[in-house]
Formats: sequence, structure tokens, C-alpha cells
Amino acid sequence: MEQVFAKPEAMKEDKTLYCPGCGHGTTHRLVAELVDEFGIRDRTIGIAPVGCSVFADLYWNFDVVSAAHGRAPAVATGMSRTNPDCFVISYQGDGDLAAIGTAEMVHAANRGENFVTIFVNNAIYGMTGGQMAPTTLIGQPSTTCQLGRDPSIAGYPIRVCELLQTLGGVAYLARTAVDSPKHVIQTKKHMKKAFQLALDKRGYTLVEVLSPCPTNWGMQPMDAMKWLRENMLPYYQLGVFRDVTEECEGGN
Amino acid sequence: MTQKIRCAGFGGQGIVLMGRLIAHSGMEEGRHTTFFPQYGAAMRGGTANCSVIVSDGEIASPMVETPDAVLIMNGPSLDKFEPTVKSGGWIFYNTSLISREVERDDVNVVKVPANEIAEDAGTGKAANMVMLGAFAAKLGTVGVETLSKALDKQLHGKSDEIMNVNREALKRGADLVKEPAST
Amino acid sequence: MSEKVPIGEKVLMKGNEAIGEAAVQAGCMGYFGYPITPQNELTAYMSKRMVEEGRTFIQSESEIAAINMCFGAATVGQRCMTSSSSPGISLKQEGVSYMASAELPVFYVNVNRGGPGLGNISPAQSDYFQATRGGGHGDYRVIAFGPSNLQELYDYTMLGFDLADKYRNPAMILADGILGQMMEPVTLKPYSPIPDLPSKQPWRLGDPSTSEPLLVTSLILQVSGMEERNYRLFEKYEKIAENETRWDEYKTDDAEIVIVSYGTAARISRNVIDRAREEEGIKVGLFRPITIWPYPTQPLRALAERVKSFLVVEMSLGQMWEDVRLAVEGRAPVHLHGRTAGGIPEEDEVIEQLKQALEYKGDAYLRNF
Repeated sequence: MEQVFAKPEAMKEDKTLYCPGCGHGTTHRLVAELVDEFGIRDRTIGIAPVGCSVFADLYWNFDVVSAAHGRAPAVATGMSRTNPDCFVISYQGDGDLAAIGTAEMVHAANRGENFVTIFVNNAIYGMTGGQMAPTTLIGQPSTTCQLGRDPSIAGYPIRVCELLQTLGGVAYLARTAVDSPKHVIQTKKHMKKAFQLALDKRGYTLVEVLSPCPTNWGMQPMDAMKWLRENMLPYYQLGVFRDVTEECEGGN
Repeated sequence: MTQKIRCAGFGGQGIVLMGRLIAHSGMEEGRHTTFFPQYGAAMRGGTANCSVIVSDGEIASPMVETPDAVLIMNGPSLDKFEPTVKSGGWIFYNTSLISREVERDDVNVVKVPANEIAEDAGTGKAANMVMLGAFAAKLGTVGVETLSKALDKQLHGKSDEIMNVNREALKRGADLVKEPAST
Repeated sequence: MSEKVPIGEKVLMKGNEAIGEAAVQAGCMGYFGYPITPQNELTAYMSKRMVEEGRTFIQSESEIAAINMCFGAATVGQRCMTSSSSPGISLKQEGVSYMASAELPVFYVNVNRGGPGLGNISPAQSDYFQATRGGGHGDYRVIAFGPSNLQELYDYTMLGFDLADKYRNPAMILADGILGQMMEPVTLKPYSPIPDLPSKQPWRLGDPSTSEPLLVTSLILQVSGMEERNYRLFEKYEKIAENETRWDEYKTDDAEIVIVSYGTAARISRNVIDRAREEEGIKVGLFRPITIWPYPTQPLRALAERVKSFLVVEMSLGQMWEDVRLAVEGRAPVHLHGRTAGGIPEEDEVIEQLKQALEYKGDAYLRNF
């Protein structure tokens, strides 16, 4: 019988410990599938951020390093510059990438560092227990904005792709989501492009993945998917924001 | 013997180069030597000075508080460093840019019209070399010949024309003072 | 090797440049730094030399980024370094702590300036505690050299890289603005690695020749696991203390009183000793730690058995003084000559205090301020 579905070699046997309905498991798997497809498992290094995916080494079957909070782009820079044969994946959450690690992210992008960034945006801090993230939506409650995010207190949700769009070192920027099979397939397509461009040393690549966090949003998994579609998609528009191979301008 | 020297002037007069040349020459002559730069907040046009020590023994701090000799290239530097010179020490100063006399009577004074001599030699920019030549020929801290060789290393890559003018300025500075003092 | 660098010869160099060239010779493959006075000459030097050698140089967006770039370079098995001055070194402590925990080698330099806070750009030794007590959060130590001339800056930079690799631990130089910016002749010795360097780097990631996936982390949530790691680290630190403690003594044989001093302060102390013996007839010697961690506690204790008292001369307020008192354990009074915030000990004032110390009959200590 033909086998049509299997665990990627780049995934370990363990089941993920993520909450039911979390987007990390799907995103991890997409990364692993691509590592297999490109045949680069033996030279791939994943960076596990501070956040729920800090234990990504339990799931990925390739080398993993856990970086200090927000510093993954600097760590990735040190790796890929001093050993360009390595393929480095900086896997970061919204607090890691767009709050404490903003400087590292912006400057790695501007220098055009040749590693892939997978940016998981779930509009909340997961591991520490549901605090406001830089991407938390206006009016969205969290443990540190219990009455909903008020821009007069906390500013506005950061659109990372749009923020990075003007930087010279950026090769590829796309925003995608893992709320539906269609979007999951699209996500893999965007990631594949980013992998290819990073392997070709074309510059900084980032795929922003809108991802549900049912636990910290206080919802059932299906409701979280729905909430993502109804609230996140209108603010965080999906699409390709930069692609050096097409010199595409703006979101679509 | 230990000699503590301060070179001072405005930024752009080649003060740091003067210090480096003395230190380099000290090294070439097998002595212990240190150089320490001090800059003002502004780079060009601001004040610049440096400390150089040449010694037969190990040198403690490279910073010079009470110099045995000062090489002064402009007026504000004379105002600032005249009081610091050790009693019995030496003040070499650039009379092309400084009209006043040295007020202290417990120090030796050597007047060097550095810019004028340098211009005669080819360019006023080499005034620092004139001053160095006078200093070395007078005190013998390092040899004028050694300075000339150090110039080749410190100004490595400059055109022959520039090198020649600098060497000439160094020589004319040395010629200005008749004979080395016994120190 | 660059043709322009006359290896084997004696050249006039700035301290910051001597460190840079030693690092290049020792095979540093990645330099990451952010501008701060008084260490800027080092970053500038590396921007040229590393590029000449086809190696990695990055002017990072911050000191935090620089040390984390080192973290990355170390995980792929490359020798790497960063440098800064006091405020920047504070920022780097995050990365240093992570690297100490993950047992990654890195070499870094602190060209100490006056503090606390933004302080000033004058020479100081006020980061002694930070250098000798780990510096960042957690239970760890860093190998720290306190050189007192430019030749030592050059030599201990090379050794620093080797010891960092040998022990898989951060190693550093604590210099100051004088050592960094002064010029002095340096013999550019060719690099010769210590004999017992690890031939393999078991921590090296992204290496296709390793079969099982590797993990580099400083996160161990289980108390027992983290505690076990920290005990192991402590044992490593004991081994470092046993093997790598370095110090120098000058005229201590017949000394009644001993000055304890390192770095720039020790240069001044050495002159004080010659002058005090010649001018005042004081039998004084110098004990100079070269490694400030591990601290040469045992040889200092041995001296305490036979000298009347100690005078610590430092460009900070009683920081190394604590280590001397820990070593001496009450066997003799330990006096303090501390200058701070860019102040440099002057020979006359130290000689004056030596005289007072010899006459001291109390059961506490004298200080100069």
C-alpha cells in the first residue's frame, strides 16, 4: 500500500505538549517538512525562543539552541556569518520578536542576514500566562490589559511585515495564518520561498504566521480559529509584502 | 634617566604624530617608552595634547603631570602647560603663533619660529617637525636621525615629496639650536 | 597573516590594537562590537583586520546584540570575541551568563572607565566585582585577567581564547582606559596554542558529521537537573583555580609590608616600591595578581604569614581589597589606597600612606580618603 502521509524525518517521535488548538504544532511541522524537502537536516540549526516554543528541541529532529529572550536574530547572525554552511531558522513569538527583540530583528533584517525567521503572532504572551503582546489588538483583553488594550496606555498593535518593508536587506516578507487547511497550505508555500531565498543567500526572510492561542484567549479551539479570522485577519492582512524575486510592492 | 614630555597644540597641528615619533624613536633606541593621547571634545581645531615618556627603566603611569619638557605649538597650550613644567625643565614654544614671553624664570626656554621655518622648508604643515627637530637636537632625548627614520614608519605610504619636506623641516629645526645640552 | 603585520617584531602599538592583533593571530573568526570610549580603537582595528583576513566583523546594534552574536558564533564552533567599556559590559552580562551556563567559549574585553552610571571616560578598575564575581545573574565564574602592560594584553588575549576553549567558559580581560589607549612597544609573538586544547568541539552545531541532534541551552526547568549542572560547573571552576591562577611578585623576599595591586595601579605601585626602598628605606614588595579570577589566594596567604601588613592600591574603592582580606584572614592588617572615577594613584601619596601603615598600631585599617 502506498504511504501518503508520515511524520517528517525532521520531527521527533514525541507528541507535542502544546495546548489543544495551538498553532505551534502545525507551524513546527511545516518547518520540519521543508527541512526534509530541502534535504538540509544535517546542517540545520533551529533557534528556540523564550516563549511556549522554548522546548522546540523536543519536537525538531535537528540541532537546536535556545537563545535569550529576543536575541535570536543576533544569535542567528553569529551562526550564519561565521559558518555560512549552516542553515539557521529563527523561530520567534510576538513578544520575543516585536517587543524585547525589536532592535535585533530590525537590524538583522536591515543587514540582510541569510537566515529564515518564522514569526508566530498569536497576539498574546503564551508561556508567561496571557500578558499583552506588542501585537495584541485594540480592545483585546489580557492579564496586563484586563479592560482591553487601550492605545492611549499601550500604543498600537505592531504590524511587523509593514514595519520591515522599507529595509534594504529584506528579501522576503509574507504574512499568513494557520487557521484553515487553505491557509496552512499557503503558509508552507511562503515558508518554502523563504527557505529557498535564505539558501540562495538573498537576504533576510520572514514569514509571519497568525496563530491561535485558545488557552490565553480564553476560548475553545474552534472559537479561537473563528476569532482569529474575524479579528486578526482584518488588521493583519495576509499576503506577500516583499519578494526580491518579483520586487512586489505592498500587501495584497 | 627618565624624561617626561608633553606635546600640545590645536587639533590638526600633528600633535599626536609628534608624540608617536618620540615614542617610536625611544623604542628604536632600545629605551622603555610610552605614549598617551588626550583629545578635547572637538577633533579639528580643538586642543590636543599627548604625554610621552622615555626611560631607561620600566615606566609606571604613562600620564605626565609635571613634564621635564613641553613642546608647545599654540597660545592656549602655553597658558595651560607653562605652570606644569618641572622647575629646571624646558619649554619649547612656537613663536610663529605665540607672541607672548614665557613668564616663569625657573625653566629653560627655547623659542622656535616653527611655522616660518616650515614654510621656508616647503609647507607650514611641517611646523611640528621643526619643533621636534629643535627639541631632539637640544635635549638629545632621542636622536634627530632616529626621528627621521621613525618618520618613515609612522608616515608609511605618504608621497616622497611629503616625506622630504618633513625630513627637511626636522633638520632645520635641529639646525636652529646649536648644540645638544648635556642633561 | 597580513603581510603588513610584522609578526615576531617589536612594534609601537596602542593597547586596544595589541588586543585586536592578538585575537586575529589566535584565530578569532568573529568580532562583534558596539562603539564606546575608551575601547573604540579595538573595534576600529578589527573592522580592518578581520575583513582583511576574510573573517566576520559586525558593528552590532547594541552590546546585547554583540554578545548574542558571540553566542551564535560559539555554537557553530567558531572562536569569537566582543569588547566594550563598563556600561556596555553591563549590557553584555545577559549573554555572558547564558554562555557560562551553556558552557560556550567566548573571549571579551572590558576597557574599564569611571562609573557608576555613564560615569566618565577616564581609566578605572571599578568593574572588579563584576569581572570576578561572574558579572551577570546566576551561579557562575568567568576567567578574568588583569594585565598591567601591553605585552600582557597581547599575551593574555591569546591565552584567553585558549582557556575559554579548554574549559568551555567565558574568559575576559579587565583593562582600563590607560592600558587601552596608551602606546608601548609590544613584541608580536606568533600564536602558539596551549598543548591541552580540545581537539573536537562537542558543542558545535550544524555539523553534518554529528549523527544525533544536539541541543545547546541554559534552560533546565527541573531543579535537580540545574543543580547538578551547577555543581559540575563549580567543580570546573575549582579545576580552573587549581591550574590557571597566575600572579607576580616583586621584591617580596625581605618585605615587611606588601602592596597588592593589579593592572595600571600595579605599574604605579612598582615605581613606588623602588622609590620607597631607595628614598625612605622601607622594605616593601609588590604582589600582583595577573588572574583576578581565579584569585591567587594561597600565595597571598603564604605572604601573610611573614609580613607585617598589606596595602591594597586599586583604582576602585575597596573591591580587590575584599579579596585580599579573604586571603589574609586576619593574619595582618590590610590597608586601602583607593582612587575612583578616573583618579589615578600618585606615587607620592602611596609612599606617604606606606609610611603611615608601617606605624599603624590599631586593629582596623587605614584608608587614603
